[in-house]
Amino acid sequence: MKLHPVVSLLVQRVALGLLLLLAVSVLIFAGTQLLPGDVAQAILGQSATPQALANLREQLGLNDPAYVRYFRWLGGVVQGDLGTALTNGQDIATAMGGRLWNTMFLAFWAAVIAVPLAITLGLIAVRYQGRWPDKLISAVTLSTISLPEFVVGYIAMFLLAVKFRVFTSVSTVYDGMSFADRMSAIALPVIVLVLVVLAHMMRMTRAAILNVMQSAYIETAELKGVRPFTIIARHALPNAIAPIVNVVMLNLAYLVVGVVVVEVVFVYPGMGQYLVDHVAKRDIPVVQACGVVFAAVYIGLNMLADVVSILSNPRLRHPK
Amino acid sequence: MNDELHYLLGRTARGQFSRRAFLGRAAALGVSAALANTMLAQAVRAEGPKKGGLIRLGMAGGESTNSLDPALAASEVPMQVSFTWGELLVDVKPDGSIDPRIAEEYSSSPDAKEWKFKIRKGVEFHDGKTVTAEDVVATLKRHTDEKAKSGALGIVQGIADMKADGDMVTLTLKDANADLPYLMADYHLMIQPGGGIDNPAAGIGAGPYKITVNEPGVRHGFEKFANYWDSSIGHADQVEILVINDGTARSAALQSGQVHIINRLDPKIIGLLKRAPGVRIEAVAGRGHYVFIMRTQTEPFVNNDLRMALKYAINRKEMVEKILGGYGHIGNDFPINAAYPLFDDTIEQREYDPEKAKEYYKKSGHDGSPIILDTAPGAFPGAVEAAQLFQESAKACGIPLEIKRDPDDGYWSDIWNKAPFCASYWGGRPVQDQMYSTAYLSTADWNDTQFKNERFDSLLLAARGELDEAKRKAMYSEMAHLVRDEGGVIVPMFNDFIAGVSDQIQGWEADPNQELMNGRAQVRCWLA
Repeated sequence: MKLHPVVSLLVQRVALGLLLLLAVSVLIFAGTQLLPGDVAQAILGQSATPQALANLREQLGLNDPAYVRYFRWLGGVVQGDLGTALTNGQDIATAMGGRLWNTMFLAFWAAVIAVPLAITLGLIAVRYQGRWPDKLISAVTLSTISLPEFVVGYIAMFLLAVKFRVFTSVSTVYDGMSFADRMSAIALPVIVLVLVVLAHMMRMTRAAILNVMQSAYIETAELKGVRPFTIIARHALPNAIAPIVNVVMLNLAYLVVGVVVVEVVFVYPGMGQYLVDHVAKRDIPVVQACGVVFAAVYIGLNMLADVVSILSNPRLRHPK
Repeated sequence: MNDELHYLLGRTARGQFSRRAFLGRAAALGVSAALANTMLAQAVRAEGPKKGGLIRLGMAGGESTNSLDPALAASEVPMQVSFTWGELLVDVKPDGSIDPRIAEEYSSSPDAKEWKFKIRKGVEFHDGKTVTAEDVVATLKRHTDEKAKSGALGIVQGIADMKADGDMVTLTLKDANADLPYLMADYHLMIQPGGGIDNPAAGIGAGPYKITVNEPGVRHGFEKFANYWDSSIGHADQVEILVINDGTARSAALQSGQVHIINRLDPKIIGLLKRAPGVRIEAVAGRGHYVFIMRTQTEPFVNNDLRMALKYAINRKEMVEKILGGYGHIGNDFPINAAYPLFDDTIEQREYDPEKAKEYYKKSGHDGSPIILDTAPGAFPGAVEAAQLFQESAKACGIPLEIKRDPDDGYWSDIWNKAPFCASYWGGRPVQDQMYSTAYLSTADWNDTQFKNERFDSLLLAARGELDEAKRKAMYSEMAHLVRDEGGVIVPMFNDFIAGVSDQIQGWEADPNQELMNGRAQVRCWLA
């Protein structure tokens, strides 16, 4: 039986992705071995006595050689067991699961607002290319992307939480919170994230569509009297999907893996802070688990971008 | 008293009128700010604590790696959390005296070697069990065990034997120690059912609040434990501790009313926060201090003349002003200040003296090569800036310092206690003996200055068993002189604990032991 080319491509990509994940886990493990100090020292801190250190190392199994620890970890992961955190004995799958869900929740709402907004703004910019709406959109989005996230965060916090008290400055979310409370809690980080990712996607949409606008068929559409906005949305946009999707996916991946600064500023319990805390404490099983999840998100979204590009292009969809 | 003032005073004490507005009105009516503050404090006390409500703390010093096991508590949030659910054998009051908690009373043999603690009747753990002498002994055993990984191991290993008999716990020490009750007040030593051996991180204790939510690095939630034995504390129905490590986010949370109390206020923003409505600054001089450590057994600091040169080459007043924003006071190159009992305030203050520094530097015969000073942003707040000030003031004395800026990550494992000259801090201890035993006794694990002085060691041991306070004070004074003139520590400043507190919070007391009323603000304060 011959598989459809898109399916076989997908299978191949998934297999490669898994291999890549394995390589990433080795790299992360090797990286953590290069860090100075170990988890026992990090847990006990300045008040560590040599005796207490030795006891803790013994208890955590840190005296085994590195490769033994890696394969022990890998063996667990293959069976779906991420292990427990060395520092506080919490089950990693449970602790990380909650954090991952929070991260996804924040990323989802930021994306739901940012992606349509960016594409719409891009379309408007193309429609009024070189005129004031185009210039205004570019100026505003470029200035928000140029400011560091924490500055945007502090400004939003000062205005919306301290001055006018519309939203809360602390975005802690927890189980049992009503949906409305949850949305109000994440309002500020969502606003900041939208401002941060908007420009990249908007500029790419604008550039990709402008590229297509040079084509002969656009001229034809113009000559037969189609309204300018319809030309852009109906004729130009579908042919500019591939580059736009790539940039959108890149930004989605960023929303999942790159928002630690926003998490810290707004005290949002996501994956970023969780990872950073455990790197500081040399809690390698947790660092491994987070690293693999982040890598999986990146690989998965990239794969999705490729598939969408293929599906949006009839020539790739129906190869000879 | 003026009728209007009296009326406002009552309203303010009940929390219906803001404290700031009251002070403003009082000033308009010709009452001095100091007097108005005193009046207000009295009125609040007369009004008495109010029960109920939810007290929220926004704190720096928590990580998602934190455990509820008190033996592993090492940063601010785990400590604060422990004091919410846990209860100690004895506690230390703000004035430095001992506050009996689970132990109702205690006594020692005349040679201070055998200590007896009588366990209070009717104290209950959150799981319904009654606190017994056996629980106390099991708890101490868990921390003293050779296999233990407790941060209190160094504190309790001087106990040779412990036994429980009825409601009496008897501790026999290897060497006499007049300060033993202070050691029992260490925050790691929360009494746990069965010593917490089966499940050290259960968070079950005999404290005023039961833990209901434990999300390390995010938040910890508590509700009042109905059977708590002491009705004079634990006023709020609920307590919540939010981890907010970012300084700006912390002060924004306080200003926007999301939390009532925040810790570790940056001195740089105090001026701004003072003008904000509804909040006040609570600063208290503590025992914590920032230090520059010279390792006395490592070149080039084997030479005491070089150490003295550097001690004269640092401008302490400038540091208190610029690094602490005035919220602190100058140190005198030994780790003790007036917040400790038995402090000798007649010891001469060392000043910045370029002439003397030059003299000592010349005498030391140092080859003139730059002396490397390791520092990191996390060594203490402002450590890099402080090192730069030190470099400048030393330069004026002709002593070349070279600053090596290290990353925070790994600083405590790779630089501190290893590099010959580095920035660091100490949190202070309740009594002098504990501070000196921790870091200046020649055999101490954390003797980071490698201070080895036989006279000092013998004085320390003698003072520990000395029950005559006058004699003890004289011994401590001599020890202070030894560290100051021969030791490897430069103590430029003692830092204040600075908290931001909402006007809704009442019952705040200045407590020099640790920040946020020694970790008990949420338990001792109430909502107006």
